[in-house]
Amino acid sequence: MSGGAKAWFQSWLRKWNGPAGGCGAGLLSKSIGRRDALKMLGGGAAASGAVVNAFAPVNLLSGSSEEREKAVIDWKEFFKTNYRLMNDRERADTIERLERKYKLERNLDVKISTAGPLPNVLYGYAFNLSKCKGYRECIRACIQENNQDRASNMQYIRIFEKPMGSMSVESGDARYYHEVPAEGHFYMGTQCFQCDNPPCVRVCPTGATWKEQDGIVVIDYDWCIGCRYCQAACPYWARRFNWKEPTVPNEEVNPNQHYLGNRLRKKGVMEKCTYCIQRTRQGRLPACAEACPTGARTFGNLLDPGSEIRYILAHKKVFRLKEDLNTEPKFWYYMD
Amino acid sequence: MTLIYFLRDALREATSGGRKYHLWMGALTLVMLTGAYAYSIQFREGLGVTGMTDHVSWGLYISNFTFLVGVAAAAVMLVMPAYILHDVDFKRAVMLGEGVAVSAVVMCLCFVMADMGGPHRGWHLIPVIGYFNWPQSMLTWDVIVLNGYLALNLLIPFYILFSHYRNRDPNPTLYVPFVILSVFWAVSIHLVTAFLYAGLVARPFWNSALMGPRFLASAFAAGPALILLALAVIRSQTSFAIEDTTIRKLSLVITVAAQINLIMLGCEVFKEFYWPSEHSASAVYLFFGHHGHHALNPWIWTSIAMNVVATGIMTVHSARRCHHLLYPACVLLFTAIWIEKGMGLIVPGFIPSPLGELVEYMPTWIEVAVTLGIWATGLFVFTVLVRVALPIELGRLRAPGTNR
Repeated sequence: MSGGAKAWFQSWLRKWNGPAGGCGAGLLSKSIGRRDALKMLGGGAAASGAVVNAFAPVNLLSGSSEEREKAVIDWKEFFKTNYRLMNDRERADTIERLERKYKLERNLDVKISTAGPLPNVLYGYAFNLSKCKGYRECIRACIQENNQDRASNMQYIRIFEKPMGSMSVESGDARYYHEVPAEGHFYMGTQCFQCDNPPCVRVCPTGATWKEQDGIVVIDYDWCIGCRYCQAACPYWARRFNWKEPTVPNEEVNPNQHYLGNRLRKKGVMEKCTYCIQRTRQGRLPACAEACPTGARTFGNLLDPGSEIRYILAHKKVFRLKEDLNTEPKFWYYMD
Repeated sequence: MTLIYFLRDALREATSGGRKYHLWMGALTLVMLTGAYAYSIQFREGLGVTGMTDHVSWGLYISNFTFLVGVAAAAVMLVMPAYILHDVDFKRAVMLGEGVAVSAVVMCLCFVMADMGGPHRGWHLIPVIGYFNWPQSMLTWDVIVLNGYLALNLLIPFYILFSHYRNRDPNPTLYVPFVILSVFWAVSIHLVTAFLYAGLVARPFWNSALMGPRFLASAFAAGPALILLALAVIRSQTSFAIEDTTIRKLSLVITVAAQINLIMLGCEVFKEFYWPSEHSASAVYLFFGHHGHHALNPWIWTSIAMNVVATGIMTVHSARRCHHLLYPACVLLFTAIWIEKGMGLIVPGFIPSPLGELVEYMPTWIEVAVTLGIWATGLFVFTVLVRVALPIELGRLRAPGTNR
């Protein structure tokens, strides 16, 4: 680990071992102010109802009881606030609405979690360049786990095939269609690196994307307005946009979902890798790490001195992509 | 009560006119309707109907937005001397300059809306009821400065016109402070828009300190060029007298700005090509093509050729004074800078991607139709504004009972 990275990491350790809730308090006071403001403006919101009606698929006043229920759900969903500003009750309500909505619209039973970050956990990832053989099993597992759009073949992970002798980003080719590993090449995977200093979060005009306490950068799909500023700001090309209505056949939908993770997205919003937040917050590995047949991928808790990732950071010569940009990715590369 | 008369008279002026006028407005309406139809498809299907992709995630819409912010900012070139230096030559043109600014900002807002994946969720960035990520996000700064600029450029001319309508002299202590504010505001709208891009470390092509100054220089060439052309049309179509000295002074402003813009282009070309690094990949792609991809080469070379020819014509005093050369030079310059801000700046910023992948961009018919529709909207707004302002300024239109 380089000196700079080490200093940063140690500052993290201090922060997390010290008194809890440093950054949480500011957010909390902000949220109360906003919620009160929202309540005061409730009348105003109702007055602008005509606007919403145009987007509601069915009219509130006509149609069957099921249609009316769907319209009520759409109405309430439209006016709900940013996930970060919701209290527990509001979160439970929106989960109930969303689960019901999928049942009504698609006859789909899903379970959406709102599990928060685990205490004393900061996720980190290490990628062994010597072991990856370019099989892309990680990509396949990621698509299934995270309910990515099948029509556009959306992928969070890119595996670049690079000729030996160059680490330049330009030398990589992510569109190889031949038997792997190819002679004279090595393979380098990229995905969202969950930067500790994420440019995407700073540029978002609506605060629809943020860094959670366990280090995962998440998106509130219902708050994103689809301006794609974050997509322009990401130095690692980690963000994806839903250019059309995403499609996942019912039988392929992963029903174990998280509000900030793999729940079903809609057209016009951003999405990205969340280190499989729906799995990792239950103490499981991300799908890519579990699927990797070569053992190139190591995922773990940076704050646990006994973790495998800490062993790698302490004993291997690691590096991160574009470290000069000061984005502080929590994704390290190393070689045996 | 006078306000109601004013609105009534304004509506009457805007809806009555000769055959030519109705043909013009009818044609604009047709283009607007085509754009609205194209947008309805985009709204239903999603932005996938455009040529944009995850690789090139901003295209024609944001290009036009960027360019038009500059056009809007350029109204300041006329406002400053007219109000503060009491330059009579510019005073006749300034109302039109502000008309251009209003129409340009309206187009900017339309282009941003057209580019959004969830325009109906736009309320999420309204402070208090939404979450306004200010001051972190440069986009929130842009929201503030653009809407503020629109308000300023609506209020100032409205106050002056309404005073004239009531046959009164506008009170300078009431509006001059706002004029001074709008001068600074105009500079800020284009600088903030430049910072929108310049602040992104992910895109070395944009991540340059020259971005802001170059935006200003090119805007102060393209904006007044458009105003000059509008003046030329108004001069030939109406009885509104515009002196030759107004045109001459305006063309001098355009010339100096165009010259500075060319010098800055030279600086950028030098920096990118004296020692082309991996960060120069976008510039290499733009000017010469990269790994067999050449889609933007014709655009940038056309733009540079137009830029050089126009600046050349305007630099020669005798040529600039000849209107048969000046007007085409303005058209060339305006077009050159439009290309430069879009196909020459926004699009190549995405190519290659930060991970070195090269995906090209070509707008679809839907994007083109929506873009044309928004331009027609801007021209429509401008025509209406001019149509109302001119008779008041000419003294033809006055509130009932206040005739001179």
